[in-house]
Amino acid sequence: MSTKRLIGIFAIGAATVAVIAIAGLVFSTMGTFLVKGLPNITWQLLSEAPRNNNTEGGIFPAIYGTTLLVLVMSILGVPIGTITAIYLNEYTRAGAVMPRVIRFAVNTLAGVPSIVFGLFGLGFFVQFLGVGLDKTFGNTEAIWAKPALLWASATLAALTLPVVIVSVEEALKNVPQEMREGSLALGATRWQTIWKIVLPNSTTGILTGSILAIGRSAGEVAPILFTGVVYSLPQLPDGISSQFMHLGYHLFVLSTQSPDVDKTLPLQYATTLVLLMLTFTLNFAATFIRSRIRSKQFR
Amino acid sequence: MSKKITETKIEANDLCVYYGAKQALHRISIDLFEREVTAFIGPSGCGKSTFLRSINRMNDLVPTARVTGNLYIDGVDIYHSSVDVVELRKRVGMVFQKSTPFPKSIYDNVAFGPRLNGITDRTELDRIVEESLINAALFDEVKDRLDSSAMGLSGGQQQRLCIARAVAVNPSILLMDEPCSALDPISTAKVEELILELKKQYTIVIVTHNMQQAARVSEYTAFFYMGHLVEYDKTRKIFTNPSKKETEDYVTGRFG
Repeated sequence: MSTKRLIGIFAIGAATVAVIAIAGLVFSTMGTFLVKGLPNITWQLLSEAPRNNNTEGGIFPAIYGTTLLVLVMSILGVPIGTITAIYLNEYTRAGAVMPRVIRFAVNTLAGVPSIVFGLFGLGFFVQFLGVGLDKTFGNTEAIWAKPALLWASATLAALTLPVVIVSVEEALKNVPQEMREGSLALGATRWQTIWKIVLPNSTTGILTGSILAIGRSAGEVAPILFTGVVYSLPQLPDGISSQFMHLGYHLFVLSTQSPDVDKTLPLQYATTLVLLMLTFTLNFAATFIRSRIRSKQFR
Repeated sequence: MSKKITETKIEANDLCVYYGAKQALHRISIDLFEREVTAFIGPSGCGKSTFLRSINRMNDLVPTARVTGNLYIDGVDIYHSSVDVVELRKRVGMVFQKSTPFPKSIYDNVAFGPRLNGITDRTELDRIVEESLINAALFDEVKDRLDSSAMGLSGGQQQRLCIARAVAVNPSILLMDEPCSALDPISTAKVEELILELKKQYTIVIVTHNMQQAARVSEYTAFFYMGHLVEYDKTRKIFTNPSKKETEDYVTGRFG
């Protein structure tokens, strides 16, 4: 047998082992949580609040809080990310200084550990913006100068900005240059061209960006730790200045802060499964939409 | 032979275009006449498209492009700082080599330009769309499916749709950048017929690689080579008795 053949066989073997290892990891993780979590997912779990020091009852406030959090995050982050992507892709020429600085900043942002975002959120949003807002409105007690849903959402928006920018830029690049020229040649201004031609053809990309951002951030705990999440709440948040419960943080609380950790095990499995399903569904949706954009529209 | 009285519509005066350090057009001076079809011919990279795209200032989109000299339309220097490029492009329509319908309905494609100009009245838009499609010899083929996507049209229909879209804003000049290079012979014939029809209303400048096409549709022909305007004359003269050796070599197919 020649050496070339041997190397070939070895490479295929190594690849097979790698694939099996990864697939095994995914399936055993998912499988464990499916088997142990699924039986514990009941209507009670999904609809009720935790009782008796989180050892009984459901996780509804955590689901509610997580949903609200990512919703407000999208409202804050997607427009900013989209505008940044439009600026980078439509208004700057390649190689100019400004876009390079911004791109460098975006890449750096993508590499910052999420706990650092949490500290940034506490320092900038809560203690700087929050205190400033309270002073401006002359509030005697702290309304904004405390951890809140708004600040946690803003921190997550900052964390996911790179994801949104990259997805939207990709969608903008997908719009053929001829389409822009066709519009400009008809006497459309640059902004009219963006608004009427480029953006309508990028909505799927913007949607993908938002879903990816949500998928990425739904399970993040570190950024919201100092900026809004709480251990337990007697009632649901009633506004963006309220604090909230969160699935990821609730899992941490269940598994480390409970008086009886073993008793909460079924709840932990169920909570994990709900969180996993949420992020997986969102990621699958994003992948599906993305593959649809690639295949349709422009020949 | 009776001589038709022609008026100058577009006048270039020592026009030079640079892309970065590279000079793409060298001191072009030419008069293009109103309601005539002028063809630009020449080998690839000779500057004919560059010149065409400087007439509606599409070259402005190229970051490194720089223009010197003057280009007048109806006596107005379009490179003067007081000229509004957006207004200019409404008066100088353009049809591209690759047909570029927007991924919208046929109706919305044609109505795109008029809507930019603030026309929202439905009956007015209906009238413009119908008229433009008739002018582009497309109306009969699409009248029953104005609301379906323009992406479903054939290549030839798409190109005529782009012509309809361009005439919908009522320009006085139509620039065509190799409008038939991606079309089959039947579609090409239709577009050529259309060009002859359109010249009654519009001043048309067409870039083409097809000598027969230039001979068929144009009254005047300009031959460009290496960024220079080599020869400009009546089409018949250019093709039967050119004054320059390079022109003769090109039109007889000895190079290019």
